[in-house]
Amino acid sequence: MLMLTCPNCGVTAEETEFEPGGEAHLTRAATDSTDEAFRDYLFQRKNPRGVHFERWRHAYGCGRWFHAARCTQTLEVFGTYTAQTSAPPDRIQAAIQARRPDWSLT
Amino acid sequence: MSTRLATGGVLIDRTAPVHFTFNGQKHRAFQGDTLASALLANGHRMVGRSFKYHRPRGLVAAGVEEPNALMNLGFGDTFEPNQRATTTEVFEGLTARSQNHWPSLRFDVGAINARLSRFLPAGFYYKTFLQPRAAWKHLFEPVIRQSAGLGAAPAAEARDPDTYEHFYAYTDVLVIGGGVAGLTAARGAAGGGAQVLLIEQTAALGGRALVDGAQIDGLEGPDWVARTGAGLDQLPNLRVRTRTMGAGIYDHGYVLAYERLTDHAPGAPGPRHRLWRIRAKHIITATGAIERPLAFAGNDLPGVMLASAVRDYVGLYGVSPGDRTVLVTNNDDAYRTALTLLDAGLTVPAILDARPQVTGALPDELRARGVRVEAGRGLAKAMGTTHVTHAAVCAQAGEGAVLETIACECIAMSGGWSPAVHLWSHCGGKLTWDDAQALFRPDPARAPTGADGKPFVSTAGAASGALHATEAVEDAAKAGQTVAASLGQDGPEPALAAVNAPPEAPIKPVWLMPQGAGTELRAKAFLDFQNDVKVSDVQLAAQEGFESVEHAKRYTTLGMATDQGKLSNINGLAILSDALGQPIPQTGTTTFRPPYTPISMGGIAGEARGALFKPTRKTPIDTWLDANGAHWEPVADWRRPYAIRRQGESVASAVRREILNTRGNVGLLDASTLGKILVKGPDAAKFLDLIYTNMMSSLKPGRCRYGLMCTENGFLFDDGVVARLSEDSFLCHTTSGGSDRVHGWMEEWLQTEWWDLQVYTANLTEQFAQIAVVGPKARQVLERLGGLDVSRDALPFMGWAEGSLSQIPARVFRISFSGELSYEVAVPAGRGLEFWEKCLDAGADLGIQPYGTEALHVMRAEKGFIMIGDETDGTVTPHDLNLSWAVSKKKDDFIGKRAMERSYLNAPDRKQLVGLATLESKTVLPDGAHAVEGAKKVNGMENMIGHVTSTYYSPTLDRSIAMGLIKGGARRMGQILEFPVDKGVTIKARVVDPVFLDKEGARQDV
Repeated sequence: MLMLTCPNCGVTAEETEFEPGGEAHLTRAATDSTDEAFRDYLFQRKNPRGVHFERWRHAYGCGRWFHAARCTQTLEVFGTYTAQTSAPPDRIQAAIQARRPDWSLT
Repeated sequence: MSTRLATGGVLIDRTAPVHFTFNGQKHRAFQGDTLASALLANGHRMVGRSFKYHRPRGLVAAGVEEPNALMNLGFGDTFEPNQRATTTEVFEGLTARSQNHWPSLRFDVGAINARLSRFLPAGFYYKTFLQPRAAWKHLFEPVIRQSAGLGAAPAAEARDPDTYEHFYAYTDVLVIGGGVAGLTAARGAAGGGAQVLLIEQTAALGGRALVDGAQIDGLEGPDWVARTGAGLDQLPNLRVRTRTMGAGIYDHGYVLAYERLTDHAPGAPGPRHRLWRIRAKHIITATGAIERPLAFAGNDLPGVMLASAVRDYVGLYGVSPGDRTVLVTNNDDAYRTALTLLDAGLTVPAILDARPQVTGALPDELRARGVRVEAGRGLAKAMGTTHVTHAAVCAQAGEGAVLETIACECIAMSGGWSPAVHLWSHCGGKLTWDDAQALFRPDPARAPTGADGKPFVSTAGAASGALHATEAVEDAAKAGQTVAASLGQDGPEPALAAVNAPPEAPIKPVWLMPQGAGTELRAKAFLDFQNDVKVSDVQLAAQEGFESVEHAKRYTTLGMATDQGKLSNINGLAILSDALGQPIPQTGTTTFRPPYTPISMGGIAGEARGALFKPTRKTPIDTWLDANGAHWEPVADWRRPYAIRRQGESVASAVRREILNTRGNVGLLDASTLGKILVKGPDAAKFLDLIYTNMMSSLKPGRCRYGLMCTENGFLFDDGVVARLSEDSFLCHTTSGGSDRVHGWMEEWLQTEWWDLQVYTANLTEQFAQIAVVGPKARQVLERLGGLDVSRDALPFMGWAEGSLSQIPARVFRISFSGELSYEVAVPAGRGLEFWEKCLDAGADLGIQPYGTEALHVMRAEKGFIMIGDETDGTVTPHDLNLSWAVSKKKDDFIGKRAMERSYLNAPDRKQLVGLATLESKTVLPDGAHAVEGAKKVNGMENMIGHVTSTYYSPTLDRSIAMGLIKGGARRMGQILEFPVDKGVTIKARVVDPVFLDKEGARQDV
């Protein structure tokens, strides 16, 4: 069971206090998107063995959403950050690179 | 015979006798005995029958690894099957019965299976029960069910009277295991002030130091343990819990531990078991090692025991396993057992050592004491029927020719030791094969890692593979200090305990005894005692292609019993490796999974039983309803009255009365459970246009609109009436079960997608009581309450007004879920009951009656209104439900808009909502019944074209009514569909408009 730190309220808590929300940084398909683009938006998700960005909600705490950068293989948490962003901030990317030198945001 | 010795036994208190019964016989034991030692002390060498062959079985081990001595314990409500005698502390009045035999332990009909054993090979079930098909149901399954399981199931009416609890603990360091290594590591870890919790699964600290004879710091083992334990008690930052087993290690330092508080003292106050949910920054597993049996023929006979177990029974409990014990070993440690036996005045006729040369301090000491030590020797077999009578000696190098037989009551065997690596492995710690010691040990370079990517589990002592006491203490001291340093809390380096124990010569691995044992012997050489898996079974599995250790395990059931292969796994995979001609590390181990030993279901449940299993949400009207005949039903987390019964009334007649009264006079519904979400801000209208399929921005303040919410898939997931309170604020009603979900949904979009919108949401569901006054006389009731103009002109249908009714602040919504003239009145929750009672008073002479959820359901179905969860199941669009009018064509975007344009969601044969009128008007269709059409499909199934979603008997129309989702439903008006509901029974129903009553809506708009 993971431990995560909510960047909104600063509380570090058990996984059961949070609800997972799947992959982060998806771009919502526009109403005039092609069938293929819309399908990908609805269903195609990354499932990496390694660094992953995901959405969490502090459901039994402050109620707010945030993002976590995490390794799906080792469960290492590189950091958590605001949900009001469309890409992982520099400090998170630096934290990942410090631990995974080969990693880059593609 | 086994018996109690006159002296000895460091764990028992000879001044405190206790009495227990075994199979109805009363026996005496001492405080500190386990049920196992007490049975042995009373001459019971045979304690059960094996699972498959019903072979007589005795105690093999003295601890958690014991496979055979499983007991039915207690009776009545406290009865429990499959309890290990070796981990059950004896108490006054304990009642135990042996298992898996009929009619008695000594004479067991099932023992015929042993004679049939060559017809019961590995994979027997898979091979035998394939054909004929019919035999499965009538023959095989009943027989298998009869023979399945070990102990008896508790009686169906039995209810566990004990209480259980969960306990949360946070610590810097958790040390699991209270032997010398655990004590040393804990002392080291705590030296600099770190918070340390040490748990030990048994009642006593000390582990093997109590019997292994090593001197530590000039003290005998038990004395050192007592002194060290007392020293730890003085440390304010160190807590010790005995009878607490480390059950599992999970991600990020999460640990489950299982404390048995009153198993040894039934009736004592407090919970029986406590499940500790621990978060530790670092965990040290000092779980020791488990001795391996040797695989020789007859190694499962009562009287054949692990050498360490023999040492335990003599040393810890003062129990003799028999006058004469033959020792068979491949390592030096087992010689300690011989020393213990000699010191207790018992006889060791011979030590059979499989190693070709036997040198070293311990063997020499035994030789010096006149014991015959035979090198290069093993056992051809253990002889006897219900217990050991002789040991048949052979050359380990040979095929089992018997050189001599030695009379004995006990055979003590040792195949070496395997570190207890379970906890290390639970969370991903990897193992490495140590060829010199012939064991898998934790690889410190591949430890489980935590949230920071750093290792959070270390091992100490024998659990690291440091088997010798000197190495174990060094290893544990290092582990403790390293952990303290990693936490920045290192203290002064404590003095390393000085261990005085003789050096040991290397082990020689022996996986089969003798190495050339033929078929006959291999078929009697057991690996897994509890599941009756023999060397021959594993070899057969390999021969049949089950090469992966995980496959071989499942095919043979090796290691799948309640002991989870603590004794058998390493021996089994060594045999498998040999059969496959590959080294052991290439075969690898099976996966170690928590819990380490079985834990009670009560412990897992903790306090969560009965009313505490799940909180029940109650409305402000709950007490009144409960006192006035509510027949409750759960609705999401709420309880709501299905109907409100009068004295002597059936539920069905109550529902019927409530409906007719509401349609004829006036009814009162507690609708407080409806979700109420306030959406406020300059962009509130814009936001709701995105959330709802309808246009909400065009709604005028003072007006209400029914709205639909879809997912991005275009599927309907919630509905409700939206009231515009002001230019920038809306009150969104949701379904009773959906309020939290919808609120979360709105927040998700606001926070993660449209965070530029200036909108706040608040879930006000519990702030208001909401009471629906429904029926032709509803207006009269409100007029009598007074304070607000509720006339048609002042408050038209789908309008709302704010003011006070009978001096209670109220918001009145003219909305209707029944098709009648209806006012839903929201009042502050604290005044809900008062308002409810005022309505009842005001409407008494108008015939006002409360109604429940079933009447609500029937009335909405009469009107063809959908219910989320009945007409929707997560695959249904608004268009499927004839709700296209509520899906805006003008809006650029809303959640679900793009999805609804997908070709699949516009296919003409999609299931669509229709009404269903049975041809026989009194017959009510079963809920969920399927309509079938045309020829059967190629697989023999009926061609199903849809199903019933809501179905009731309508007292208003005096006929059955139903709704269903039927393929191409809109095109089928007037068609007659067939619903086969049982063998030979088919109900016919005509496809009709789903609005059965008042299609024009005249009744609600008055």
